[in-house]
Amino acid sequence: MKPPAFDYLRANSVDEVIDLLREHGPDAKLLAGGQSLVPMLNFRLLRPSVVIDINRVPDLDRISLTGHEASVADSTAGALHLGTLVRHHTLESSLEVRRCNPLLAAAAAEIGHLAIRNRGTIGGSLAHNDPVGELPLIAVLLDANLHLRNPAGERSVPASQFFVSLLETDIGDEELLTGATFPEVRSDTGWGFEELSRRTGDFAIVAAAATLELDGGIVRQARIAIAGVGDVAQRFEQAEELLQGGALTREQLAAVRDSIEQSCTPTSDVHASADYRRHAAGVLTCRALEAAWSRTETGAPS
Amino acid sequence: MTSKVALRVTVNGSKYEREVPSRQLLADFLREDLGLTGTQLGCEQGVCGSCTVMLDGDSVRSCLLLAAQVDGAEIVTVEGLAQEDGALHPIQRAFWEHHGLQCGFCTPGMMITALDLIAKLPLAEGSPELDQKIREGIAGNLCRCTGYQNIVAAVRAAAAKMSGQAEAEAGSTDSRESAP
Repeated sequence: MKPPAFDYLRANSVDEVIDLLREHGPDAKLLAGGQSLVPMLNFRLLRPSVVIDINRVPDLDRISLTGHEASVADSTAGALHLGTLVRHHTLESSLEVRRCNPLLAAAAAEIGHLAIRNRGTIGGSLAHNDPVGELPLIAVLLDANLHLRNPAGERSVPASQFFVSLLETDIGDEELLTGATFPEVRSDTGWGFEELSRRTGDFAIVAAAATLELDGGIVRQARIAIAGVGDVAQRFEQAEELLQGGALTREQLAAVRDSIEQSCTPTSDVHASADYRRHAAGVLTCRALEAAWSRTETGAPS
Repeated sequence: MTSKVALRVTVNGSKYEREVPSRQLLADFLREDLGLTGTQLGCEQGVCGSCTVMLDGDSVRSCLLLAAQVDGAEIVTVEGLAQEDGALHPIQRAFWEHHGLQCGFCTPGMMITALDLIAKLPLAEGSPELDQKIREGIAGNLCRCTGYQNIVAAVRAAAAKMSGQAEAEAGSTDSRESAP
C-alpha cells in the first residue's frame, strides 16, 4: 500500500525539530532512517498529519569516545557517544565502535539486510523499541544512557527506565532522542551475542546477549539480557548472580539455564510457541556466555 | 499545507527537477514520474528487495524512502548499470552468462544489491566463506524462480571480475605504491 496523506517538513537544526514538535505535538512523526516508520505508513498503521525529516540536522550522526581504556590509566570504563542519526552499517563497520564496544558492532551487523542497515539509524531503532530489536537489547544489557531534547531543555534516561513497554518508550510528544551513550566493553570483559531467526536478516525470534567482566580469572560481574521473551528486552539478574565470584563452569551454565527458563514468561505467537521461546532463551544465553568466556582468553568452560 | 515538495535529483547521471507529493515513495517517483520501470515494487514493506536502488553510493529500499527525502542526491537504478553504448556492466554480464535470472522480477534489485555487496564486503576469490557471504548478502532479495544457485554463481563471477578490474586499474596508475 501507499502512505496516507501528510505534510513533509524538513528540519535543519535540533531547535527547529523541537519547534516543529511543539507546534504539531502528537500529530507529528519524526523520520530518521524510516526503516520502521515507512512500512507502518505504507500499512497505514500510522496516520500522522506531519512527517518531520531529521536526516539533515547536522552533527546528529557523530560518533565520539571519552575515556577509552587506551587513553586513561585508571580503571573507570570509557564511553561511546552515538548521535541519533548514526546508521547501523556505520555502527557495524566503524573502527572506533569495534574497538570500544565490539558487542555493539556485532549486534548491529545482525540488523536486517545491508540495504536496511545503510539507512536505519540507532535513534530510530531505540525509539521504535521493537521487542526483538538488537539495539534496545544491548542498551538494556549495558544500561546505556538515552539523551533527549525538549522545549524545557535536555534530560538523560537510563535504559532500565527508557524502554517502557511494547513499542513504547519514555520519549514525550515534544521530545527528540538526540543520541545514546554506551559504556565501553573493556578488554577484560568477554561478550557474546546470539540471535535465532529463520533466515539471515529476519526479525529475531529470541536474542540473548551477555558480558563477563573478569578480575584475575574470576567473574567480577556478569550481565545477561534477552529479547523475545517479553514486551521489552529484559535483564536476568538472578541468573547473573549465579555466575559471580568464580570461573565459568558447566554446572553454572546449567543453573543459569534453569533460572532463565523458570523466570522468563514468554507468550505464544505465529512465529513461535511460549515453550519454544523459553527453551531458546536458555540455550542462546548459554551460548552467549560461552562465547563471552572464550573471548576473555581463559579457555573453554571447565 | 505543504502537500507538494520541490525536488532536484540526479538519476543515472541525468538531472531532474520536479514537484512531488509529500507522501510519494521514491520507487513510485522513479517508475511513474521518470518512467524508469526497471525498479520493481513487490512488497512495499522493505522485505522483498526488488525495489533496491543506489542512493549516494549505498543500496537502499526505494519503497522505504519518500521521494522528497532524496533532494540533492544521486541515484543509480538498474537502467544506469550498462554503459551508454549498451555494453553490459560486469554484474549484468555475469547474470546473463550464469543464467542468474528466470522471470527477471527480482533481478534489478539483486544486481543493485550485488553492486553494494561487492563494494563493501571482502569477497576475495577462493575464500571459503565467499559463497556463505554472498548467500547472506542476498538474503534480503527474494527470488521465486531460480532457486538462487545461479544468482550466487553470477555474483561470485562478477565479484572476481570486478576485483580483477580494480587491481588492473590500480596497477596501471601505480596507485598501489601510494596507497596507505
